[in-house]
Amino acid sequence: MPKIIPVADELSKTFWDGVNDKRLILQHCAACDRLQYPPKPACQFCGSGEKLEWKDVEGKGHISTYIVIEDGRLNRRMPDQPYNLALITLDEDTSVNFYSNLPGVPPYEVPVGSAVEVMFEEVAPDQLIHEWKVVG
Amino acid sequence: MMATQNQYQWRRDKDGLGVWDHRGKVAVAGYGHSPVDRRWDERSMDQTLGAYTILACKLAMEDAGVTPAQIDGIICCDSHIAGGSGGTASNWAPRPYFDPPYDSELGLTLINGEWLAKVMELPNVKFAPTGVPTIGEMMGMAAQAVADGKCNTCLVIYPTGNLEGRYRRGGENAEDYAKGARQWVAPWGNHGGNDFINIFPHNQYCLKYGGTHDDLAPFVINQHRNGLLTPWGYNASHGLEQLTVEDYVTSRYILNPLRLWDCDRPVNASAAYLFTTAERARDMKQPPVYVLNHSQHNFPNRTTQPDLDEIEDWTDRAAKRMFEGAGLGPADVDIFNPYDGYATMTQFYLEAFQWHGVKRGDAFAFYADDIRVEGPHPFSSSGGNLGNGRTRTAMYTDSIQQLRGAAGPRQVTVRAETALAAFVTPSSGGWIMFGKHPS
Repeated sequence: MPKIIPVADELSKTFWDGVNDKRLILQHCAACDRLQYPPKPACQFCGSGEKLEWKDVEGKGHISTYIVIEDGRLNRRMPDQPYNLALITLDEDTSVNFYSNLPGVPPYEVPVGSAVEVMFEEVAPDQLIHEWKVVG
Repeated sequence: MMATQNQYQWRRDKDGLGVWDHRGKVAVAGYGHSPVDRRWDERSMDQTLGAYTILACKLAMEDAGVTPAQIDGIICCDSHIAGGSGGTASNWAPRPYFDPPYDSELGLTLINGEWLAKVMELPNVKFAPTGVPTIGEMMGMAAQAVADGKCNTCLVIYPTGNLEGRYRRGGENAEDYAKGARQWVAPWGNHGGNDFINIFPHNQYCLKYGGTHDDLAPFVINQHRNGLLTPWGYNASHGLEQLTVEDYVTSRYILNPLRLWDCDRPVNASAAYLFTTAERARDMKQPPVYVLNHSQHNFPNRTTQPDLDEIEDWTDRAAKRMFEGAGLGPADVDIFNPYDGYATMTQFYLEAFQWHGVKRGDAFAFYADDIRVEGPHPFSSSGGNLGNGRTRTAMYTDSIQQLRGAAGPRQVTVRAETALAAFVTPSSGGWIMFGKHPS
């Protein structure tokens, strides 16, 4: 499954370094105690830039809903079609969500509402991405 | 002559701005459409985006009764619609060009105000900004520019290009790496577009309020019906047959549950509108269609994917801004032409603007009622993109025609004194309110 390879930038480097260490670390605003993903230069809730820090999160979530990509536009992913694209909400803060292809779950057979746990998948030498596996 | 739009603060994109100061002081006096082709064949010089834009502008000027010397403003979206990932367009140039004025990309797949003023010999253009946004915002920009005196007689142009090859399969969509905002979505398969923005909230909508995806069928089919009543549109001008429920529910999936017929058809076409002051418009050929308000929005994503709560909040805020600026409420809107580039988003606008009393969760039942143009709830009388092709202009043209009483077989039988039109996503774009009367 040749996935597209993310390219880290100044803002995202810490996040992707964490992923490559098999850790899910998100921005956390100490001023308003909120998580933020994807990373931004300042807290989207209170505007603070200085109070943003990186925080390890547990990596547990639930499947909110999903679609099946049958005719997408991304050349590199076309051999995978059809494939699931699920929306995962983070248990620690349900306002944060992620995408997942739910490795191992056949297309169209997504258990909506099920618990998931973060895992890491290699998409290129020395580059992992965060994925999610069904745990219950 | 040229100015960047960045230097000009024209947007009405905040909450609580109050009634628009220039309500009813600007009007649309003309419009023009080129033919709508599926693609440019890369050979026929009378069918380039440039040739079609010149034609659309001439028709708009003729409709209004305006001479080239009277045009003093051009607002033209200078990006072809397919964008940086536009099929073979991304990989087309460099290539042998043609004789002037088609000796560069301009006029073939790109248009801008400077090129147009030159080839159309418009000697008095003093306002032709670059970096112009898409039509959803451009209409508001034109209204504000005329109101502010930047220009008095302004052509607003929206070219929509399409070349051979699968749509938007070039550029960054063909790359193995994802940079910038795409690093958070592309690895999992999201190419970034209005289809993805809306399909997840649409699923959540069905779950929250009840209903299934195929409850969109009556809406999609009615869009095609209205399209077949629109002579300039792709469907009518190419002799397409009316879409049926059977066609719809058996069409293949794109992003399951998003079906083929939930998506608009990319086309090669151009459209132009002529904006002027209300005072001048009264002396022109057509009855003026007044601008009662324009508003824009650009709401940032909270996280990876907007959810239903976010979409409902954004569309509620956009509706509030528009109503406040126009000094009108839901019951005052006669013609309602929201955007429908993907069928899965239109219910969010319908319910936010509460057109004909439709509240959150009511859209599917409304679609199943009588929404034909001759009926009591002539929803999206334009046929939108789904009924006419991806010109993103049918919503505006129909609104103008309805208020003029010149929509032909699409003319509604209910009152037609105000009209609301848009090219938007829930997170970005703009709305414009038209009136048959200035107040």
